[in-house]
Amino acid sequence: MSKHPLRTQKIAFFLLLVATLLIVVPVGLIVVVIIQKGWPAVNWQFLSEMPRQGMRAGGIFPAIVGTLYLVTGAILFALPIGLLAAVYLSEYAKDNILTRSIKLAIVNLAGVPSVVYGLFGLALFVVFFKFGASILSGSLTLGIMILPLIITASREALEAVPYSFREVSLSLGASKWQTIRHIVLPNAIPGIITGTILGLGRAAGETAPILFTVAAFYLPRLPQSVFDQAMALPYHLYVISTQVPNVDEKVRYGTALVLLSMVLFMNLVAIIIRYRFRKKKKW
Amino acid sequence: MVKFSVEALDIWFGKTQALKHVTMSVREKEILSVIGPSNSGKTSFLRMLNRFNEENPEFRMSGVVSMDGRDVRKIDRETLRRKIGMVFALPLPLPLSIFDNVAYGPRMHGERDNRRVAQIVERSLKQAFIWDEVKDRLHESAFKLSGGQQQRLCIGRTLAVGPEVILFDEPCSGLDPISTAKVEETMMILKKDYTIILVTNNVKQAARVGDRTAFFLSGELVELDATDKMFTAPSDKRTDDYIRGKFG
Repeated sequence: MSKHPLRTQKIAFFLLLVATLLIVVPVGLIVVVIIQKGWPAVNWQFLSEMPRQGMRAGGIFPAIVGTLYLVTGAILFALPIGLLAAVYLSEYAKDNILTRSIKLAIVNLAGVPSVVYGLFGLALFVVFFKFGASILSGSLTLGIMILPLIITASREALEAVPYSFREVSLSLGASKWQTIRHIVLPNAIPGIITGTILGLGRAAGETAPILFTVAAFYLPRLPQSVFDQAMALPYHLYVISTQVPNVDEKVRYGTALVLLSMVLFMNLVAIIIRYRFRKKKKW
Repeated sequence: MVKFSVEALDIWFGKTQALKHVTMSVREKEILSVIGPSNSGKTSFLRMLNRFNEENPEFRMSGVVSMDGRDVRKIDRETLRRKIGMVFALPLPLPLSIFDNVAYGPRMHGERDNRRVAQIVERSLKQAFIWDEVKDRLHESAFKLSGGQQQRLCIGRTLAVGPEVILFDEPCSGLDPISTAKVEETMMILKKDYTIILVTNNVKQAARVGDRTAFFLSGELVELDATDKMFTAPSDKRTDDYIRGKFG
C-alpha cells in the first residue's frame, strides 16, 4: 500500500495520458501532413484523367478504377465463402480437435505477412491456374488475404446472438437451418457487414499481394476484362515514390490522400453501421 | 390416458449423471408439478420430453421416453416440438415485434396466408390472456412489454404452434407475485385442453396448481403422487423435509 495514494494516482494518470497522446500524435501528424501536401494536387482532373509524361503529370484515374475493381472482386470472392465457413464453424461444427485447429489456423492466417499472400497468389493463380497477372489473380489473392478477417468477424457476430434465441426458435419446432436463417443471421448481419468493410479497407491499402499478381507499372488505359492487368493506388504510390525520378511531391501526396480517404471512408461506414446497430440492439 | 411414459431412464452430461433410473408416467390433460432443489434433475427431465437435451453434445442416455406410446427418439425433432411447446424460465421474446413473435412458429411450419396467420395470432394471444393489453401495439417490439406481459406473450407464442403439451420451466422465477398469479391462472385454464408439466422451485406454486406432483432429488424421482396427498401425507421422509422447507 502506498503512503501517498493521491500522489501515486496522479502519477499514474499522467503516465496513462502521455502514452495515449503518444499514439494519437503520430496518427494525427500523418493525416495532417498528407492533407497539407496532397490537397493542392487533388482536383477533378487529377481524379479523372490518365497519367501523362511518365506519371509525372495528369491524373490517377486508372489506379482508382483498378483499386475499385480489385476490392470488388476480393469481396465477391471472400464474403460468400467466409460467411458460409463462419456459419458452419459457429453453428454446425462439433467442438473437436479438428474444428479447434481450423479455428486456430484461421486466426493465425490473419497474421501472415501480406507479401506471403502475394507469393502464394503468384504461384497458384498466376502460374498454376494460368490466369496470368490479371485482375482475377489479384482479386483472388486479396480475397484470400481478407478471408480470415471476414470469417473471424462473422463468427464473432454469430456467436454474439444469444443462445436463448436459438433455443426459443428450436422449441417452437423450427429446424436448425430455419433458426439460423431467420433468427441468427439477421441479428448478426451488422457485425458481418462491419467486418467485411474493414476487410475492404485492408484489401484497398495493401501493396504486396497485388505486386506480383495484377499491378501494372504504367498502364494509361482502363482494363477491359478480368484477365487484364490494372494499375492500383497503393502500387502506383510506391512506383511514383521510388521508381520514377522527378515526380512532383504534391502528386505523390495527392495519391496518398486519395488512398487514405478511400480507406478512411470505408472505416467510417463500418463505424456508422456499428453505431446504429448498437442503438437498435434490444437485448 | 397416459401421455408420456418414462422407463428406466438414466442420463449423463459428460461424467455427471443427471437422472438416475427414473420410471414414471404423465397423464393426459393433467398439470404435473415437478419440484426439487436446484441440480435435482427436474429441468433435465423436462428437456428429455422434447429432446432438448440432445442439443448438448455431452449428453448420453439409456432407457425409453415415449409419447402416446411412441419412442420420442423415433419422432423427428421438429414434429415432436410442434406437439410439445416450451416456456422458459426467463421471458424470452425474440427480437421481433409482438405480432411476429407469435407468428414465428406458424410461419416456420409453412403458413403463408397472412389472414390465417393473423387469426392464429389473435386466438393465441387471447388464450394467453394478453390480447387486450397488446392488441393496439402488435407491431411494436416485444421488448417494450413488462416482464409479466412478455412471459404471457411467450405462452401465446407457444400456443400458436398448436401443441398438445406445454412444458413450463420455472416460468415465474423472474416475475413479481401479481404477474405470477396471472400466469398460474392461465395455466389452470389451459389445463382443459393441454397436458401441462410445470417445473418449479416454488413449492407453494406446485401445491396451488398441480394435480399431481413429482419430487426429484439428486437425479432420483423420490415420490410422485396426487398433490393433496403429497402435501398432507408424503410417504417419503425426504419429501416431507423438502416441502416443509428443511432444505433446498
